[in-house]
Amino acid sequence: MIMKIADYITLPWDVIGIGCLWLVLMAFFVALPCSQIGSFLILRRMALTGDAISHSVFPGVVIAFVITGDLASPWLIVGAGIAGMVSTVIIELIHRHTRVKQDAATGIAFTALFALGVVLMELLLGRNVDLDLECVLHGRLGLLLEEEEMVLAGVAVPLPVVVMGGVALVTQLLLAVFYRVAMLCSFDEGLAASYGYRPAVVHYGMMFVVSFVVVAAFQAVGAILVIALLILPGAAAYLCTSRLKPMLVIAAVHALLSGVGGLYLHVWFNTDMAASVVVAGGVLLLVAWLLGPVDGLVWKWFREDVEYAEDQADEAGNKA
Amino acid sequence: MTAALVPILDSLIPATGSGKAIMAAVLLGAGCGLLGCFVVLRRVALMGDTLSHAVLPGVVAGLIYSPERSLTLIFSCAIAAGLLGAGLVRALMASTRLKSDTALGIVLATFFALGIMWQTRNQQATAGVMHFLFGNVGSIDAADLRAMLTSTVVLAVIVLLLRRPLLLVSFDQGFSRGLGYPVKLLNGVFYFLLTFSVVVALQAVGVVLVSAMLITPAAAAYLLTDRFGKMLVISVVLGVLSGVTGGLISAGANDLPTGPVITLAATFVFVVVYLAAPRHGVLAKILKVLRSKKRVRRENMLKAVYLIFETEGFVHEEVSLLMLARKRGLTEDVVRRECNILKSHGLIEMSEDGLSLHLTRSGWKRAMEMVRNHRLWELYLTNEADYAEDHVHDDAEKIEHILDPGTVRQLERELDFPKLDPHGRPIPHPTHLVSQLRAGN
Repeated sequence: MIMKIADYITLPWDVIGIGCLWLVLMAFFVALPCSQIGSFLILRRMALTGDAISHSVFPGVVIAFVITGDLASPWLIVGAGIAGMVSTVIIELIHRHTRVKQDAATGIAFTALFALGVVLMELLLGRNVDLDLECVLHGRLGLLLEEEEMVLAGVAVPLPVVVMGGVALVTQLLLAVFYRVAMLCSFDEGLAASYGYRPAVVHYGMMFVVSFVVVAAFQAVGAILVIALLILPGAAAYLCTSRLKPMLVIAAVHALLSGVGGLYLHVWFNTDMAASVVVAGGVLLLVAWLLGPVDGLVWKWFREDVEYAEDQADEAGNKA
Repeated sequence: MTAALVPILDSLIPATGSGKAIMAAVLLGAGCGLLGCFVVLRRVALMGDTLSHAVLPGVVAGLIYSPERSLTLIFSCAIAAGLLGAGLVRALMASTRLKSDTALGIVLATFFALGIMWQTRNQQATAGVMHFLFGNVGSIDAADLRAMLTSTVVLAVIVLLLRRPLLLVSFDQGFSRGLGYPVKLLNGVFYFLLTFSVVVALQAVGVVLVSAMLITPAAAAYLLTDRFGKMLVISVVLGVLSGVTGGLISAGANDLPTGPVITLAATFVFVVVYLAAPRHGVLAKILKVLRSKKRVRRENMLKAVYLIFETEGFVHEEVSLLMLARKRGLTEDVVRRECNILKSHGLIEMSEDGLSLHLTRSGWKRAMEMVRNHRLWELYLTNEADYAEDHVHDDAEKIEHILDPGTVRQLERELDFPKLDPHGRPIPHPTHLVSQLRAGN
């Protein structure tokens, strides 16, 4: 029996070997920047802006691809960043100037930009394109081990892992530098403004970083699962703590654990790696929902019991 | 009964492919347009987006367990998944500090990932899943169309029958509970209808664009009217309009995907409405601001003329442009231009040499109203709101242009028809005649 469980645990290693490490690392490098920026999105009540941006970057990517003709060009990220910014500007234009609320404005903006992207793709690129829907859905995480490798310190590392590691590093650096500003502006724009920061600049800067991270992650896990990586770690962490720094740390841990869990699901059930990572993240969120120190259902239930017992004791005391 | 209906339904369904596509677009526009109004008013616009992604595991289950592609089974599984998702969103919001946007995002992403994971395990059985997710109006056959027609009619009937309670629940749940409506049941009905129409629309336009059809026409209608009944009608009309236009364009330009083109058509309609809606449109608002700025300028000129007359004790008939320029702190040229505007409104008349002016009857009336409003407000602030006498002027300077006759009467009653303002100057009354003013002095 124990042997069998041990077999299950070592199964990925037996099947994929060193590839395990790369898959988990890649999943972690994709999920880490998403988890950090996503935590801020959740605090700003803009979780679905991440959703909107991940759809709206599409026309930017298509236009940049038409101009450069190269799917690996860094201009794609710039194009995506601009398209993401355009969508946030459109959202502001609609809900600032009319009585249409923010949620409806978000819906109008991202569906329009996504539709524009699809139409542009058909018009400019025809049907023979690499930006196929399969890739939008699944991403290329599962194909990681077939990608080019580069030798780093004597070890052959798949190229996407290196690239994504760079993206994660840049995002972490940005976060370290702008941590205070980002925190202030997310909690209290008025206070931030009184310190001389510019909440509007921070808002758009953050949206640009979201677009950047989304595009980088997009190729790995597909457009829709990016949303999961943006929201799930931050939400799980939010259920566990009421402080920002622990929240970011827990979100990062969640990102790593989803990577590991995703690998196991991927190997055990022979499913798509990207979707497995997200499902693992969803399971972790479920655990946080049940057992989280702040919002955990179990503790709440237990606390209610204690309160009830205390109330009874109080009443008994009053009667005596 | 049902057997008798089938030929009638079939006779309604056009034979040609493009005819079918356009009919699908019309049904879609009508159904989503109706429900979209509630979605926009409830501020759950992104619920449609979430549901359309959350039904994926249901679609996959349906495809796996019915090799013969039974639409009923696929639809029921999809609806079950959607309702489960909607329930989870509510549970997350009720039991944690997570806000609605995060809860929606969690359900959207996790359900979608579950669906994808399941789908990759059963590649052969679920080959048609892309068709469901991205939609293709062109591939809709008579059976699909019959399902859409029936469901749209059922949807329309339910919405029209339950219009009032559904509307009330959308606006104010507490109030509806107080009136004795079964709020939980009505919410359930709403989410059921929403999931149902999302599922039906999915295979025509796909996941992303269902949200567009639910939000965009309804948001445009919301900018065009303040009445809910009218909003329903306008939203349906705009939805059908975008559906037909988009369908025609994509049929004309070969191979453009229908869903995105319909979405762009709906967005175009929204942009036009956004700019040009008579009351809530952006252009109308800009015009309104410009017009009121112009009016404020005119009224300030008239007030200045009155004040000059007043300091002179109303002995002169006319005020010179020079004095007016000094009073307003403007150059003479600017004052002359402003005076021409006042003249064209029939508020003043210029003297023959063009160097001085006098107020017409309506000019006097307007000027007195402004001064009265200003001084009444100053008095109100000092007496009732305990402002210091020297702090009231700036506030009154703004409010004088906005006070309506009703509020002015109320102020007068409240202040017991005062004669003097806090600075001791008389409060004029527009029914007073100039002769009376002069006699008073």
